[in-house]
Amino acid sequence: MADVVVEHGRVAGTTAARKGRGLHNALRRKSTMAFFLTLPLILLIALLVLYPALFSVHLATLNKSMQKYVGFGNFTFLFKRETFWMVVKQSCIFAITAVFFKALIGFIVAHFVHNIPAKGQRKWRGMLLVPWVIPPAMSTLAWLWLFDPSYSAFNYTLSLFGIGPVNWLGDAAWARFSVILVNVWYGAPFFLIMYLAALKSVPDQLYEAAAIDGANWWQKIWYVTLPMMRNIIAITTLFSLIVTFANFDIVRILTSGGPLDQTQIFATYAFRVGIESNDIPLGASVSLFMVPILAVAAIFILRDVSKRGNES
Amino acid sequence: MSRKTLTRRQFVAATAMSSAALITAPYVRGAYAAGKLSIGFWDHWVPGANDSSRALVNEWAAKEKVEVSIDYITSNNKKIELTVAAEAQAKSGHDILQMYTWWPHAYAEQLEPVNDVVEPAIKQNGDVNGTVKYLGQAGGKWLAVPATPGSQIKGPCSRIDLMKKHAGIDVQELYPAGAPPKADNWNMDTFLKAAEACQKAGFPFGIGLGETTDSVDTAGAIFQSFGAELVNAKGDLTVKTDQVRQALEYYKKLIAFLPPDAPSWDDASNNKWLISGRGALIMNPPSAWAVAKRDAPQVAEQCWTHGFPAGPKGRFAPFLPYFWGLWNFSKNKEAAKSLLTYLSQPSSIEKFVAASGGYDLPAYANMTTLKTWVEEGPPKGTLYHYPNPYNHQTLSIAASPAPPKIAQQIYAQATLTKMALRFAQGEKMETALTWAEGECEGFLRT
Repeated sequence: MADVVVEHGRVAGTTAARKGRGLHNALRRKSTMAFFLTLPLILLIALLVLYPALFSVHLATLNKSMQKYVGFGNFTFLFKRETFWMVVKQSCIFAITAVFFKALIGFIVAHFVHNIPAKGQRKWRGMLLVPWVIPPAMSTLAWLWLFDPSYSAFNYTLSLFGIGPVNWLGDAAWARFSVILVNVWYGAPFFLIMYLAALKSVPDQLYEAAAIDGANWWQKIWYVTLPMMRNIIAITTLFSLIVTFANFDIVRILTSGGPLDQTQIFATYAFRVGIESNDIPLGASVSLFMVPILAVAAIFILRDVSKRGNES
Repeated sequence: MSRKTLTRRQFVAATAMSSAALITAPYVRGAYAAGKLSIGFWDHWVPGANDSSRALVNEWAAKEKVEVSIDYITSNNKKIELTVAAEAQAKSGHDILQMYTWWPHAYAEQLEPVNDVVEPAIKQNGDVNGTVKYLGQAGGKWLAVPATPGSQIKGPCSRIDLMKKHAGIDVQELYPAGAPPKADNWNMDTFLKAAEACQKAGFPFGIGLGETTDSVDTAGAIFQSFGAELVNAKGDLTVKTDQVRQALEYYKKLIAFLPPDAPSWDDASNNKWLISGRGALIMNPPSAWAVAKRDAPQVAEQCWTHGFPAGPKGRFAPFLPYFWGLWNFSKNKEAAKSLLTYLSQPSSIEKFVAASGGYDLPAYANMTTLKTWVEEGPPKGTLYHYPNPYNHQTLSIAASPAPPKIAQQIYAQATLTKMALRFAQGEKMETALTWAEGECEGFLRT
């Protein structure tokens, strides 16, 4: 009996000591420390991103007066609206076209900048980044003045050559062109800087080997540069697709979605419905409609990235 | 150690004296004895106009011993609407918040009834027009107090010289300063002919066809003058009616004489159109004229603000009232009501109107003949008919008389201008009507 008591006491003491050591070891682990160091940021993201996201999901399930739970009622209502499907179509056209041209221009300009001698390169890099570092609301106001319905600086310039006037923001096709153009102008430097970084990390030996094999300029790009940049292209495309789909300021300032809602995209339409028409649950539903589209895009792109990562 | 004892007689005497002193002593109030009050006012366009509201509030606060704080919130890019929405969600914020047209109804459940402020103000200042009742009242309950700052009529502001020269219309003769209008012939037909003549002369009327309020307000008044309603007062769809068809036909003819880029106009475009001297008429409160007075005095001297043309069903002019709302979560409702009563006094209203150079319009019948509108110029009398002193036109808001929560959506989504533009750009009448009917059907949801 006494043995048992002693044994019990020893066992209990050992367990406590082990527990203490366990906690001590856990705290000494790098991953635990990393977790604690990032905890303030995690809490901040939870507060500023997760909470509003969950709250908007909650809002999307309420009726117009926000007094009754309607489940997916707002979504089924939206699916029957002609204007909503027009917004979906326009958002896709806007985002895909803008991202394609941003990537293309970024890729071409990155090559030009990469080929500039190192001495003058910094100057060009700095200048080409200017559109990206100006707050978009401000730069879009400048574009608005250039496109102004009645006093467009572009039209004035074109008139010197006997062209125009072009109804930049009043004609549906031109208005779509204008909002995409401004988005490309604003976003291309991001692609440029990412692609430039990727280009710089491609080993020169690969190009030398390709040159020895008789590869021409195009073959070097196709068989060396592009495969080496695939991951960065995928990541930047995904990131830009998310940001462009959620764009608000450029369209809001340039056209407010007009004429006839033909430049309306998810974020501007959500604002129109949610805030201006005072139907917050419907506005939340419009903005949440982006989530599945972007989630599908993210799954495909990231899956491809991880596959390539495993291959390498 | 000696100890002084208090006799029963001494204790009673001391207690009686202390009580008497406390009762008879004068009540000394602290600097802010009546608490705090937080106010969100609309940030006025007119420079210096905020000073009058600040001075009035401070005057009241000093008298009532209330600590006040005022925020001036711009309506640019819907900032004030966002503030209203955010405070309604958070159930916290300002005690008094200035609200635009539709917001009292939109937040009716969260606003403190203010009958005890508005009813005495009506007794004192005269009745309010139908649009103010439509937007500010629900079931006999006043949701908010009609505010003078920001309230406006968006009637025509014409160029005297251009209208006379190209359209043969003397707007000063139609609307003489200091006298009743002689505008029986100022109707939709003469308006259309004038629009055509001015367009041919190279000075088109500057009427927007965009999705912002100026475009919607003009469309609303024209539709109403044809008796065209998309949704009636009972909430029934009335899109496919002869009146709506007539209004659309008229608008199509008018659009042909408007600037080709009018579909992309915002609320600043018509102002710029007038000030730059490119147009013969715009539909706006006198802010464009006020800016012209500063930046283009030769244009301002030729501007005359007057009444709307009449249609088959009457003469309607767009009226956009502002309100002061008092949240039901306010912590100092009594002080807030006292301030709102003070701001609704004739002397306060007169100060608001003077500080805004005549831009602000009181909602009350007896307050439309203040000297500011008589004296403002150049040209002298240019604003005389702006406040509708002879009740010559019915003040209305686009999409009324539909129930306000439905009308707000027709208004915010610019269904009227979009429908008119679709038809004018070649869509068949029935297709445009079916589209509008579908839109309005969606707005009926609760």
